[in-house]
Amino acid sequence: MASVLEQPEGVTAGLVPDPMLPMPYRIQRVRQETDDTFTLELHPEDSARGLSFEPGQFNMLYVFGVGEVPISISSDPDDAPLIQHTTRVVGVVTKAMRRLKHGDTMGIRGPFGSHWPVQEAAGRDVVIVAGGIGLAPLRPALYRLMAEREKYRKIVLLYGTRTPEDMLYRHELEQWRGKFDLEIQVTVDRAASSWRGNVGVVTTMIPRAPFDPSNTVAMVCGPEVMMRFTVMELLKRGVVAERTYLSIERNMKCGIGFCGHCQYGPTFICKDGPVFAFHRVAAILGKSEI
Amino acid sequence: MIHTLEPILREHPFFHGMEDRHIQLIAGCSMNVRFEAGQVLFHEGDPADHFYLVREGLVSVQVMIPHDGLTTVQTVGAGEVLGWSWLFPPYRWHFDARAQPPTHALAFDGKCLRAKCEEDHDLGYEIYKRFMQIVTGRLEATRLQLLDMYGKRA
Repeated sequence: MASVLEQPEGVTAGLVPDPMLPMPYRIQRVRQETDDTFTLELHPEDSARGLSFEPGQFNMLYVFGVGEVPISISSDPDDAPLIQHTTRVVGVVTKAMRRLKHGDTMGIRGPFGSHWPVQEAAGRDVVIVAGGIGLAPLRPALYRLMAEREKYRKIVLLYGTRTPEDMLYRHELEQWRGKFDLEIQVTVDRAASSWRGNVGVVTTMIPRAPFDPSNTVAMVCGPEVMMRFTVMELLKRGVVAERTYLSIERNMKCGIGFCGHCQYGPTFICKDGPVFAFHRVAAILGKSEI
Repeated sequence: MIHTLEPILREHPFFHGMEDRHIQLIAGCSMNVRFEAGQVLFHEGDPADHFYLVREGLVSVQVMIPHDGLTTVQTVGAGEVLGWSWLFPPYRWHFDARAQPPTHALAFDGKCLRAKCEEDHDLGYEIYKRFMQIVTGRLEATRLQLLDMYGKRA
């Protein structure tokens, strides 16, 4: 796993960076994805100090004078040091972030946390189940899987959103569907009669999705309730808990397991997560006391 | 030579594991059907005298909402079951159903099957057990839809 404490290949060696020190990144592009989500494309002001990351890791994004928020990296790991973050406007910081423009600067700390088991999935079927904006943290895994397509058996993406208008990366999904040997099934919770695709929650696609459960690695990301029901369906289908991974979000602050804000039972999400094998969190997932 | 639908029924996930004698009874109430793109399978309020196993294609379950128009609340695809209103009085459809692309399905005569279930309670138990799984699955999915998981509150 890459981290701020390791010098990635091609990056000038020097002092070990302080993980609490944001690095200045310049915004190259702001893309409106849906009504309430957008993607920032960022490049380090000092190209030699760019970060490398693994799919599933997150950064702390700092809007100067406003605050810092944890957001998963959503770009192709091979494009680093250029990185992308897709987020929804939900609070003060993301609202301020949405107002940033091309050429503006923001601070980035990271990458932090665990990553999707992309290498470990070699030789197996891979089923990716995404809900809503949960597709963003899975997108780097999809890039990596497709860059080494021959290493994997079937790759299936099951993607659920609220309405057709809420679909992320629509153009890219269409391209991928045509270009790669990739099964993509999209469903929405509700739609006008003009919508020609599936309607229903994403969990309903699992029983008939084309993968071999006995030899599958599953990666799941979305709202927590969606992940809980998705995991239940995957287990019912026969995917083993040890090969079922999910990305959990909590109140990440420091990113390095010092402050304790993101404590989740015996773990810290920022350090031990956000990606967990299901069996590690099965006993505490969905518990209101945790 | 008359071909029965028994081999097709045996292969369908809905009938997996069912005894041959029950498959034979059910096949007697079934027929192959095909719907053109956009064709209506049934309308809300119509007598619910069939249910369908979709073999190929996609069927939209829709409801007319004043000011919003026809809204799709669910789609039923290959390998899935459409309709359970034939099982319970007053045997009327509660939604519209429309084929999206051309759709192939097996249609089952509800009245015929209900009569056979009355005569053979073992068959009835098998049928109701399998439909209960469908109904509970749909209930769970509907609850998740109601949660509006991907909305602003999520």
